[in-house]
Amino acid sequence: MELRRDVFQAIADPTRRAIITLVALQAMTPTAIAENFDSSRQTISKHIQILTACELLEQEQSGREIYYHLNPHKMKEIADFIDPYRKLWDKRFDKLEAVMKKYK
Amino acid sequence: MERKTKIEAEKSKQEIIITREFDLPLELLFKAYVEPEILEQWMGTKVLKLENKPHGGWHFVTTDPMGNQHGFNGVIHEFLPNQKITRTFEMENSSFPVQLEFLEFESLTEGTSRLNMQIVFKSVEDRDNLLKLPFAQGLNMAHNRLQEIVSRIK
Repeated sequence: MELRRDVFQAIADPTRRAIITLVALQAMTPTAIAENFDSSRQTISKHIQILTACELLEQEQSGREIYYHLNPHKMKEIADFIDPYRKLWDKRFDKLEAVMKKYK
Repeated sequence: MERKTKIEAEKSKQEIIITREFDLPLELLFKAYVEPEILEQWMGTKVLKLENKPHGGWHFVTTDPMGNQHGFNGVIHEFLPNQKITRTFEMENSSFPVQLEFLEFESLTEGTSRLNMQIVFKSVEDRDNLLKLPFAQGLNMAHNRLQEIVSRIK
């Protein structure tokens, strides 16, 4: 249960989602990933650490370089997550409540 | 942040239960579902037809940010004011089979109410696919943003 929450936190961040979509295309070194963002390398490295800690990314040593690739099993697992669906309804119902308060 | 809307989607069951408590009297909550001009405001949709009675039909059209139109329609089976709406729900031009929805409205206090919505799907797989939609859209948005960033660098 603890791990699940971590995975969701990992994908809740837009930069981390962008890293996921990048790495989904091909395995990349941390330097190559960081080149795609305006943020500092340290910031991106922290994001990579979080993604690795919850097993969304996997490391692969190739010579002197470390490559990161996506763990498809974990991706499948989080695809079942219902939180984005819940948020969709939450937003919709917030709107309903706001609209109806005018009729009070 | 408090999670006002609760979603239950038990594993291997072909249904979703959505529960939400509103800071609104029951009558106002129900009204939000039956008056077309009000429904249009909070659903962000255009109501082409809404016949609030058994055997009545409903038809909504939503325009997404890209300008594409999406149609939704169904038939109303039960309509009990301030209590219950039972209806079917179909997404037009999609691979999703029709869904069956049970909406139950109840009063909690004078100023608060609750909506309980049970959505029944044709199969567990269809339900899971629907649950995945917003997640996939989130990823797509991230991907689009990424493409923007990349094209700026080039």
